[in-house]
Parts: sequence; C-alpha cells; structure tokens
Amino acid sequence: MTWIGDNLGLIWEQLREHLYLAILPVILGLLISVPLGYVATRFSWLANPLIAFGGVLYSLPSIALFIVLPAILGTKVLSTVNIVVALTIYTVSLLIRNVIDGLRSVPAEVRQSAVAVGYGSLHRLVAIDLPIAVPVIFAGLRVVTVANISMVSVGAVIGIGGLGELFTLGFQKDFLTPVVVGVALSLLLALVADLILVGLQRVLTPWARVIHTPPVEVA
Amino acid sequence: MIEFEDVTKQYPDGTVAVDTLSLRIPSNEITVFVGPSGCGKTTSLRMINRTIERTSGRISIDGEDINSKDAVALRRGIGYVIQHAGLFPHKTVVDNIATVPKLLGWDKRRARTTAMELLERVGLDVKLAERYPAQLSGGQQQRVGVARALAADPPIMLMDEPFSAVDPIVRNQLQEELLRLQRDIGKTIVFVTHDIDEAIKLGDNVAILRVGGKLAQLAPPSELLANPVDDFVRDFVGRDRGYRALTFVHPDELPVKPLPAELVLDDAGAPVGWRTDHEVQPVNAVYKQGDSLRAALDAVLTSPNGWGVCIDANGRAVGIVDQVIVAEALRS
Ligand SMILES: Nc1ncnc2c1ncn2[C@@H]1O[C@H](COP(=O)(O)OP(=O)(O)O)[C@@H](O)[C@H]1O
Ligand SMILES: [Mg+2]
Repeated sequence: MTWIGDNLGLIWEQLREHLYLAILPVILGLLISVPLGYVATRFSWLANPLIAFGGVLYSLPSIALFIVLPAILGTKVLSTVNIVVALTIYTVSLLIRNVIDGLRSVPAEVRQSAVAVGYGSLHRLVAIDLPIAVPVIFAGLRVVTVANISMVSVGAVIGIGGLGELFTLGFQKDFLTPVVVGVALSLLLALVADLILVGLQRVLTPWARVIHTPPVEVA
Repeated sequence: MIEFEDVTKQYPDGTVAVDTLSLRIPSNEITVFVGPSGCGKTTSLRMINRTIERTSGRISIDGEDINSKDAVALRRGIGYVIQHAGLFPHKTVVDNIATVPKLLGWDKRRARTTAMELLERVGLDVKLAERYPAQLSGGQQQRVGVARALAADPPIMLMDEPFSAVDPIVRNQLQEELLRLQRDIGKTIVFVTHDIDEAIKLGDNVAILRVGGKLAQLAPPSELLANPVDDFVRDFVGRDRGYRALTFVHPDELPVKPLPAELVLDDAGAPVGWRTDHEVQPVNAVYKQGDSLRAALDAVLTSPNGWGVCIDANGRAVGIVDQVIVAEALRS
C-alpha cells in the first residue's frame, strides 16, 4: 500500500499516457473510417475487399506491428508514434466494417426521399446517413475503444505502454502491487470509457429509444 | 404541363424500362400511371425529378427542359411521396415536414409555422409534432409524407404507390383526403399505382402502361371504361370485375360471431393481434360494420387464422366474421 502512496505521480503519469495512447487512435481511426466507408458505399465493389482487408489487418499480432512499424515509419523504436499508428490501423480495420454496415443500414426509401427532396450528396451524408448510422458505428467504437485500452499495455514490451509499464515494473521487482494497480486501473479505464460512449450515443440518438411498435391503426 | 417526348430509359444491364414514351400531363390535375408490376411506372415518375436520368428523349415542365436546371434545385421544387413514406427516422415529425423549407433557407420560425399548419391540413393532431416517425402508425406516417412533400408549396407532386402499404380502410381514408386536399390546392399530381381501382378513383386522367414501358392509353377514367383502345386495356380495366363489384355491396349488418379468447385487445377494446403459442400475430385488416362486402372478404383473407375482426365506429372489436358469413351474405 505504501508503494501506491509513494508512486502516485508515476501512476497518474502512466494513466494519462495510457488514455492518450488508447483514445487518440480511436479518434484518428474514426476520421479515416468515415470517408473511407463513404467511398465504399458509393463504389460498392470496394466495400467487400475493404472489409476483408480490414479483417486481415486486424489479425496481425500487435506485438509484431509494434516492432515492425519503426522500420517502416522511420521512427525511433521508443516513439509513442508507433503505438498510435499501430492502434489506428487496428481501429480502422475494425471500424470500417461498422461504418459501411451503418451507412448500409439507412433504409432504401429514406435514402431515396433524401435525394428526391433535394439533398446534395455530401449534405445527405452529414444530415441523414451518418446520424442514422450512429447506433451501428457506436457499436464498433465501443469494441475498439475497449480493445485499444487493453492493447496499449502490450506496448510495454517495447517500453511504452502506459499502465502496462506498471506490469513490467512489478515483474522486474517480483512485486505484485504495481501489477494489481495496473490491471485495476486499465479495467476501470475501459469501463468508464464505455459508459461515456453509451451516454454519448443516447444523447445523439433520442429517436432510437422510442417504442418501435406503432399503435393500432387509427388514422 | 409536364411533357414526355420520345422518352426512353435503358438501365445499364440492358433492361428497357421505358420505351419512346410520349405523353402530356396537364397542370393542376391528377394524372395516374397504372399498369402491371415492372411496366416502368416508377422509372417514368422518377425521371421527372431526375432521380433517374433518362437515356434519350426530352422531358419538359411548362415548356422548359428539365435538364436546363440544376438537378438539386429542380427537386426542391417538386414534392415526392413514396410507399412507406420514407420519413427520416432521426427527425421529429415537424422537422421532417420542414425539410425542404430549411433546405431552401427559410428562417426557422417560418419553416416551423408552415410545418405545423401542414400537419393540421393533412388531418393530424399537432400533438404529434414532436414524435418520431417510429411512433406513428403507417397511415399517419403517410400523411406526414404528404405534408413534407407540400411544405414548400411546389406546383408539382409525384406520388409512387403512396397508399399501397396501409390497410384497406386507412387507404380509403387517405384517398378521400387526397381528393379533398387537391380540391383546395390544385397541384399537378402524378400518381403511380398498380391498382386500377385506385387509378379510376383518383385520376382526372389515367395512363395505362404495358410491360416494356409503352403507353397503351391515356384518357379520363370514364373514357377508359367506355372505350378501351385494345384488349390489353380492356383486360386491365376489367380485371377482377366480379370481386371489384363487391366494393358496391354494403350489407346493413353482417351477423358476427362472439370474440374468441385468442384475440388480444388493448385497453380501449381495439383489436391488437391473435395470440398463438409463441407470439402475437397482427390482425392485418379489420372490417368496420357497414363497410362493403369487399372489405369483409379482405379482412377474412388477410387474417392469419381466417377470422376477420369486425369493429364498430369507435374502433372497438365487436365480433368476428369468417368465410361462411361472407358467403352467406353474398348469396342473399
Ligand atoms: N436499377 C435498375 N437496374 C436494372 N433494371 C431495373 C432497375 N430498376 C428497375 N429496373 C427494371 O425496369 C423495369 C421497370 O421497373 P419499374 O419502373 O420499377 O416498374 P414499376 O414501377 O412499374 O413496377 C422492370 O423490369 C425492372 O426490373
Ligand atoms: Mg414501382
């Protein structure tokens, strides 16, 4: 217990780094996936290859990616950029499917009337398609956020891993407390992040919560 | 006036959906495109607002080629209503109706006031304004669809099978209201249906199309019934003549059987569905006491268990009808 008191500064520092390393890739990944998904729905032959390619990327072991990326990117092995890029790749590979599915979840008659009332194509994406795709996209965001939070710790193997570094510390000193703190905090982080996403989704989609069984027909 | 001159549409896969179609759609009247499924009605309609681009020929509105204008601007001046309404599920009813005024840059208050007026005009309670489409019945959604199409007061309204997906009683009401509304607003309406009865009921003019997108005959309904140009038109107009005649048979009161226990009612006594072992199946059509025999037969035929639910003027279930009852009524 005294270890915790003595190392609050370190723990706080690792927590912040962990959060940064996990969340920045989610934001970057979303910013990349949405335009990519949009292009894939416009040129529908692109969609399935993209989803398949995402699946392949996602199956790459993270540790391999962390080690290979410096050589590809020309970054230092100990640079946080490696982790951010690797996790952004994972985020895109997972989210692309949800963005495409989400945009495809817009009912044909809704899309048709959006065109017919006079939305231009970009305006339609922002005002109609994306809002309707929010539930499906958020399902992906939740998975990827939790996955990223757990994957950051793997980075500890190459020396940058937020709370994962507490594991390294504990194993090196054969001392359990930092490991327990690291595990507990990353679980807590995942839980809080998920709750925030759920809350955000509720705010963004008041319409999705209404009862979906319309009353008996009385016109 | 909307004019088609030798308009052809060939889809990329080679299907010729509309073949050298020439016709004139007079202003301020309802013109119905009717014909069997796949004959090119939807394609013809959607070429007017350029949500489908024609392959060749010319379409003009009041003499002006529709291609002389930007497609998006053209569409904002043409109302469009489709089956299932196609309402935006994430927008409230009032926001759905105000869509085109907002796209046209009206200020918020004016767009909203107009939307509320239209809500009443199409016969909906203003209390529904803040609901989402999923909270409305099919008939209510369809009314909102009509209100949305009319919001910016376009001179033209295109309607593609707008009432096909609602039950016959509500469809009947919606048809009556469209006619009433049209007496006030006098729009140029192009209405697509596969139902010849609906075409005859609504159309000032009816264009009968045959498969392959060829015009068979364009005439007022009475003319069509009296002087069909060929066998195709005669068959099409006369199809199901016997069944359609049931529309005009109104038995004073059908004898009904008592309500069975499987029928689920809501608090007000209106029928909700049929309880089976696993689920509650929708009632589909109901028969209102005093309606035509056709409505009674329809309720029986579309019921999941062959029992049509009979309701009174207040929508409360009062009994059931079956094939035997309808057949007895037919015999007398
Ligand atoms: N996007 C499309 N690509 C290829 N063929 C189509 C397409 N849309 C419609 N068709 C074909 O064109 C014909 C006319 O279709 P449509 O205008 O929808 O008919 P209707 O509305 O009268 O049922 C049909 O044979 C249909 O299969
Ligand atoms: Mg059609």
